[in-house]
Amino acid sequence: MSGTSAKSVRTRTEPAPVRWLLIIVAFLFLGLFLFVPLAAVFAQALEKGWDAYLVAIREPDALAAVKLTLITAAVSVPVNLVFGVVAAWAIAKFEFRGKQLLITLIDLPFSVSPVISGLIYVLLFGLQGWLGPWLQAHDIKIIFAVPGIVLATVFVTFPFVARELIPLMEAQGKDEEEAAITLGASGFQTFWRVTIPNIKWGLLYGVILCNARAMGEFGAVSVVSGHIRGATNTIPLHVEILYNEYNYAAAFAVASLLALLALVTLVVKSFVEWRMRETS
Amino acid sequence: MATKPITRNTVIPGFGPTLGYTVFYLSLIVLLPLSALVVKTASLTWPEFIATVAAPRVVASYKVTFGAALAAAGVNALFGLLVAWVLVRYSLPGKRLIDALVDLPFALPTAVAGITLSSVYAANGWLGSILEPRGIKVAFTPLGIFVAMTFIGLPFVVRTVQPVLEELEEEIEEAAACLGANRWQTFRRVLLPELLPALLTGFALAFARGVGEYGSIIFIAGNMPMVSEITPLLIITKLEQYDYAGATAIATVMLLFSFLMLLTVNLLQKWSRRHAAR
Repeated sequence: MSGTSAKSVRTRTEPAPVRWLLIIVAFLFLGLFLFVPLAAVFAQALEKGWDAYLVAIREPDALAAVKLTLITAAVSVPVNLVFGVVAAWAIAKFEFRGKQLLITLIDLPFSVSPVISGLIYVLLFGLQGWLGPWLQAHDIKIIFAVPGIVLATVFVTFPFVARELIPLMEAQGKDEEEAAITLGASGFQTFWRVTIPNIKWGLLYGVILCNARAMGEFGAVSVVSGHIRGATNTIPLHVEILYNEYNYAAAFAVASLLALLALVTLVVKSFVEWRMRETS
Repeated sequence: MATKPITRNTVIPGFGPTLGYTVFYLSLIVLLPLSALVVKTASLTWPEFIATVAAPRVVASYKVTFGAALAAAGVNALFGLLVAWVLVRYSLPGKRLIDALVDLPFALPTAVAGITLSSVYAANGWLGSILEPRGIKVAFTPLGIFVAMTFIGLPFVVRTVQPVLEELEEEIEEAAACLGANRWQTFRRVLLPELLPALLTGFALAFARGVGEYGSIIFIAGNMPMVSEITPLLIITKLEQYDYAGATAIATVMLLFSFLMLLTVNLLQKWSRRHAAR
C-alpha cells in the first residue's frame, strides 16, 4: 500500500462515522456471541471457588472421562492422520478419473449430522443391527462400549487431515518428488525427506483440528456410548450428566477443561497459520 | 477432468497402494456404515416410510429445525460479512486476537457451548436477566435454538468471505469512485456482486451445519415436542424407544438433505472459482 496516494485511500474506505458504526456493530455481535459465552464458562466454573473446582476435576468419574477421551483421541487422530497423508498422496500426485467424486466423499462426514454418525454404527453393531447377533454370540461389545465411541469419533474426524493436505499438496505440485526419484531416491526416502518437510505445517494444522473435534465430539458419541459413569463417558458426556443433575459448578469446571483445550487449539492454529504465511 | 484416462505419466511411485488404501478405508469407515442406513430404511414399505417421516411431530421438528437454521444462517450472512469487512479493511488494536477467536465455535465442543449459552440466557443468567424482564424469553424456547445455531454457524461466512475480500483489487473500487459512485453505490454495485458467491457458500455451510447440529442446541432448546424439538433429537428419542426403523427413516430424510446441501455448496464453490478466475 506504500505507493497509494491519499486520494485512493479515501476512495477505498468509508467516512469515519460509518467506519466506527460498523466496528461497533461488529464488536457487539462478536461480544454477544463469542466473548460472553467464553467468559461465562470460566466464571461459572470458578463460582464456588478453586477448591470446589479442583474437587470437581479430580473426582474419579471425571478422571475416568478424561482418560477415555485421551484414549479416543490417541486412536482416532493417528488413524485419520495416516489416511489423510495416504489420500492426499494419491489425489495430489496422480491424475485419475473420479478424483472430484473421491474428494467429495472424503468430505462427506462433515455434512452428516453427528446424531446420524452415531446411528449408523448402532445399525451395524447394535443388538438389532447387521452384526449384532454375531457379536453377542462371541461376547464382543462395540455399541455402549469403548470401541463404538472410538469408531464414531473416527467417523466424525475422518476428513480433517485429508482436507488440509489435499489442496496444499496439489498446490505444491510434484516437481520436487519427481526430481528426487529421478536422482535415485526411493519412494519412502522421497516422502520423508522431500514431501514431509513441505507439508509439515499443514499436517500439524489438520492434526490440531482433528484432535479438538475428537476430544470434544458430543452428538455421535452420545448415541453409541450408553452413558455408563466411569466406563463409557467421555469428557463432554460427563459434562452433560453433571449438568442434568443440576450440579452446575462441577459441570462448568469439567467443561472449562474443554474450553481450555479450545483456546490452546486456537493459539496453535494461529501460530501454524502464521508460519504457513511466512514460508509461502 | 472426467475425460482424463487412468494414466501413470509420472515417475512417482505408490499410486496403486495409496489409492487402494484410500478407497478401502473410506468404504470401511464412511460408505459401508452409511449404506446400512439406506438398507435399513429400504426394509420399510413406502406407506410406512411416509407415515413415519410425515407424522405431525416430525413435521413440526422439521419446521423448527429448518426455520431456525435458515434464520441463523441469514443473521450470520449479514453479520459475518460485516465482521469480515471490519477485520480486512480496518486497522484495529487486537485485531489478530479477534480474528483468531472467530474460530471459537469450531474449536469449542458443542456440549460446552450448549450448557454455556443455556446458562447465559436463562432467567438468572448474564443476558437472560436483562432480556426476560423485557419479555424476551430465549432459553428453552425456539429462540434459544436460533441463538445456538447462530453461535455454531458464526465462523462459516466470515471465513469464506474474508479471503475473497482480501484478494479484491483496489482498482475496481477506485474506478467506481472516479466514475462518480458514492461509497454505498460502490459497495452495492461493485463489491457485493464480487462477494456474492463466497457469501452464499458461507450461508449454505452455516445452514447445513445448523440443521444437523445437536450438542449445542439440546441444552438451550427446552425440547418440547411440537414446539422446540429439533429433528436430530427426535432421532435419538426414537432410538431410545428402540424404534430403529423410525429413527432410520427420519435420518434418511436428513441425509438426503445433507447430500443436497453438499451438492449446492460444490456448485457454489465452482461458481466462486469461475468468478475469481474472470
